[in-house]
Amino acid sequence: MAVTHFRAPSIIPGFGLTFGFTLFYLSIIVIVPVIGIYIHTFQLDWAAFERIVTGARFQAALRLSFGTSALAALVNVVIGVLVAWVLTRYSFPGRRVLDAIVDLPFALPTAVAGISLTAIYAPTGLIGQLFAPLGIRIAYTPLGILIALIFIGLPFVVRTVQPVLQDFDREVEEASATLGASRLTTIVRVLLPNLVPAILTGFALAFSRAVGEYGSVIFIAGNLPRQTEILPLLIVFRLEEYNYPAAAAIAAVMMTASFVILLLINLIQAWSRRRFGRV
Amino acid sequence: MSDPAARIPAKHPPARRLPATRSAAAPSPRISPTTETRAVQYALIAVVVAILSLFLLVPLATVFTQALRSGLGDYLATFRNPEALAAIRLTLLVAAIAVPCNLIFGIAAAWAIAKYRFPGRTLLVSLIDLPFSISPVVAGLVYILLLGSNSLIGGFLLENFGIRIIFAVPGIVLATILVTFPFIARELIPLMEDQGTGDEEAALSLGANGWQTFLFVTLPNVKWALLYGVLLCNARAMGEFGAVAVLSGKLRGQTVTMPLQVELFYNEYASVAAFSLASLLAGLALVTLIVKSWLEWRYADQIAATGRGH
Repeated sequence: MAVTHFRAPSIIPGFGLTFGFTLFYLSIIVIVPVIGIYIHTFQLDWAAFERIVTGARFQAALRLSFGTSALAALVNVVIGVLVAWVLTRYSFPGRRVLDAIVDLPFALPTAVAGISLTAIYAPTGLIGQLFAPLGIRIAYTPLGILIALIFIGLPFVVRTVQPVLQDFDREVEEASATLGASRLTTIVRVLLPNLVPAILTGFALAFSRAVGEYGSVIFIAGNLPRQTEILPLLIVFRLEEYNYPAAAAIAAVMMTASFVILLLINLIQAWSRRRFGRV
Repeated sequence: MSDPAARIPAKHPPARRLPATRSAAAPSPRISPTTETRAVQYALIAVVVAILSLFLLVPLATVFTQALRSGLGDYLATFRNPEALAAIRLTLLVAAIAVPCNLIFGIAAAWAIAKYRFPGRTLLVSLIDLPFSISPVVAGLVYILLLGSNSLIGGFLLENFGIRIIFAVPGIVLATILVTFPFIARELIPLMEDQGTGDEEAALSLGANGWQTFLFVTLPNVKWALLYGVLLCNARAMGEFGAVAVLSGKLRGQTVTMPLQVELFYNEYASVAAFSLASLLAGLALVTLIVKSWLEWRYADQIAATGRGH
């Protein structure tokens, strides 16, 4: 070949138009604004940046956001595997409805989820009043934040594990059973290892969503500085003070964290493809 | 004799053949070696039903019970409130702009990525997915920094054309476009990749031009996935809160969308009004879920399960 093509030759028309439009739209909507965050952050000198990220209020919000998100994602793993298992392996009346309702947190606007969860877990609410006499407050404490984050992260693990369970070769389980393994051994030693990549991916997705979540959390959180104030809320406060550099710096930290998570997800999937021959 | 039990050496007393006789007789507690006992199954189903009811159904039902707490009259009064009506109109307007923009982008991106091979394809797909991993608040912030009145572009537009983007409707539209950016593209890309280029090549070799190929061959092939993506995109566009909250400025009756109006009502202790307006959004979510499940059930093969989630 005399000419080297940017793309493999094809008779299908429209590459220039669609590729050009895709790049243009992607650039103005996503890439340029995202780079802008880093440009604004770099306008700070190092000392100012350091002051922001070592400040007690930022540190407390960072710990709270990442701590509750990790915990919520862990709970989502346990619930998610269980739900995925029951939905794929057992048939019972109402299974299809249950399967559909799993996606509710994706479909329900976060502000709606926020006020509803607050109404339920407030000391006078449906569930809150059960715990109030025990001295346990759920709404307006980190526990409330955890509940909201479990809610919004619930579908991720279910939806990553479900297809793997569906496609899992039953003959492998049969082989394990014929070789004398008990059902529990088969599940723990044969099935679960195959689910690990999907579980890790689901965990990372739920965690990443939880760290950035705003709408469902701010109603139930109470929003006390250093106690129940999450990172996105701190950005909002800095914006309301017109302290744009500080807001940009916090956003840059969060965005870098999500890039790392994204990279981890890709690594997990690459590993899974090598190890299990699928994502 | 083909009965394997008969080949058991004679030293085994007949009583040891219990498993064989048991499976032939009355239903055993264990159905097969690759499922759990009935009791375990029922217990697990009960646990899952309880968890999903507690975490999902109760919050959904609460929206409606709280909205109707003080009667149907108070519920309906919310929808005569001019601020609520303005919020509903703005939400419809924003979705009516954002969804078609992302629809055109989604089709273009899927065409470019699925029908051709070029270096950097995977990177492009990752970039399209990027908005899913950005916090909504950050998504709003990026436009304030880029287009706010004291930024380069924002200042220029405001001074020369009097166009205000941030704390105005264009900013709300932009932020909504950003957070709903990947939905349609990511439904189409895996499906169109799966379908390959055979149909299009056949159409072209039979004399169709590019647009005819797209309209009469490609589009019918992906129409259900397209509808699926539009549905998800629209649900998120109408319900977006964080990104819009950051740059709306919350001018009552002007830059307040439905989710923001819910917050305003709620913070004013107008709880019934907040939940009444929220019930419309919850209704939208329910309709979305129902249509989505119906599409998944009816056209599973034409939607490609790989695009599920989010």
